Amino acid sequence: MQDVNWIALSIFVVLFGLITWLGFAAAHWRKGDLDLLHEWGLGGRRFGTLITWFLVGGDVYTAYTFIAVPALAFGAGAVAFFAVPYTIIIYPLVFLVFRRLWYVCSKHGYITAGDFVRGRFGNRWLALAVTVTGIVATMPYIALQLVGIQVVIGALGISGTGLAADLPLLIAFVILAAFTYSSGLRAPASIAIVKDILIYVTALAAIIVIPIELGGFHKIFAAIPPQKLILAVPGPNTTGSYSAYATLAFGSALALFLYPHSLTGILSASSGHAIRRNAAMLPGYTFMLGLLALFGFFVIAAGVDKLPEYAGGFKQFGNNFAVPALLLHSFPSWFVGIAFAAIGIGALVPAAIMSIAAANLYTRNIHREFINKNPTDKQEAQMAKWVSLVVKGGALIFILFVPTKYAIELQLLGGIWIIQTLPPVMLGAYTRWFNSWALLAGWAAGTVAGTAMAVAAKLTPTFPLSLAGHIFPGYTAVYTVILNLGIAIVLTPVFNALGARRAPLDATTAADYYA
Amino acid sequence: MNGESRKRSAWSWWYLLFVVQFVVALWPPLYNRIEPSLMGIPFFYWFQLLWVIVSAVFTAIVYFATND
Repeated sequence: MQDVNWIALSIFVVLFGLITWLGFAAAHWRKGDLDLLHEWGLGGRRFGTLITWFLVGGDVYTAYTFIAVPALAFGAGAVAFFAVPYTIIIYPLVFLVFRRLWYVCSKHGYITAGDFVRGRFGNRWLALAVTVTGIVATMPYIALQLVGIQVVIGALGISGTGLAADLPLLIAFVILAAFTYSSGLRAPASIAIVKDILIYVTALAAIIVIPIELGGFHKIFAAIPPQKLILAVPGPNTTGSYSAYATLAFGSALALFLYPHSLTGILSASSGHAIRRNAAMLPGYTFMLGLLALFGFFVIAAGVDKLPEYAGGFKQFGNNFAVPALLLHSFPSWFVGIAFAAIGIGALVPAAIMSIAAANLYTRNIHREFINKNPTDKQEAQMAKWVSLVVKGGALIFILFVPTKYAIELQLLGGIWIIQTLPPVMLGAYTRWFNSWALLAGWAAGTVAGTAMAVAAKLTPTFPLSLAGHIFPGYTAVYTVILNLGIAIVLTPVFNALGARRAPLDATTAADYYA
Repeated sequence: MNGESRKRSAWSWWYLLFVVQFVVALWPPLYNRIEPSLMGIPFFYWFQLLWVIVSAVFTAIVYFATND
């Protein structure tokens, strides 16, 4: 490993100090009573268009994304660019579906997807399925954010053995836990502004400076092996890489806003207008993500992976070290400090929101539903604060004691699991036609089939579906949510005829879904 | 109020712009090529980046057109 980079480290520490202060000061920002769950866990639904833009941007485009997408481009080539169509097509969904969810949740005081499903279908077991799926899918996601911090700390040259090796991560974690506990969603919302400015500065500087250093885009792309440059054209009797690319984009887009942390970002907006405006403004981050994906190719062209000083980093962190190594190689130390701080802080923002979202879910849809049915407002908010600590502690233990490989694989499975909540949540925003027990059966089938298919595909995201002599490689999440939906549609009339309890209490009315 | 609400939730032909966004973004044969390249960037990459901007403009058009 290289020596400690003191200049970069100093700037990194100063910026971390700044956001720590900001995180605690945020408790007084747009002040509300933090003993109320919707104040702590949704920022009082007070964020306008611009703050929502920063918050959802910081939430969705995580530090791990900024490390992993270029790492995939570096390792696998063109397929990594699926992140671009993926983050193009989510915004029409936000515009149409999640605006409706915002209205109904704001009218009824819902703060989680579980709350909505409980109210819409009147079935607490279906709400429990949505809740547990949300929490389980979120946990490895938080762990991966901590991996993002680990990689930049390693790249700053800090290394050690035993406890000393993990000390910087522990410090970052304690900071994160403390300001989340005291300020709730206001902390990541305010930090997101700093983080996004740092990320944009880094990305813009890098996209201008590095291609100049490398002699222009012609030279960069000339250095990329042809099989990485574009998708492989499918052979006969298969849709090959085309269907894999398109379904990865489509399935990831459907799954994204079903994640609890994404929904938390949406629900904290102050109006439906803010949501719709953001659907047009958030592609700004998509564009930047596309530019960042190209960094993977810069790494290949610069040959950074072949330089002896970075061999240790690549050995320890694999392809995830590609971006930090490129930044170290291309920029002076002071700028590396800023860039690494952007990534490190970029990990804290989503990790905070994820832990808040998971805490909201547990508090509302498990504790209040099944354990203490009539908590006071203060008890409810206090419970959520404790749970946010437990959730983050769990993620920390996971990342310290379990190989990173498993966090990545679990996060992959998490995407397949979370998409199974699509019928009750996204379609539920439009219709209550479904029988809630049929939805539950569809969810169970999709979850089991998705897990089995992912295991059969050796924990890779795409499954080679074989039909009538043709092979359709595609994202397992898409295939299994179709199965899920099919079962829900077929079983709905069956269960209704059998007299299984059919949504006796839809707490919402048609007018609740728009202004 | 009720009449206006019903109008708001109704289908708008402007939503077809979303369909265009979807179809183009999810149809790789359309853009999986190297030429024509732009400043040395293969078509595959610059086209999808361009499509991000076009999609954002489409969404903004739908926002203003359906915002009454």
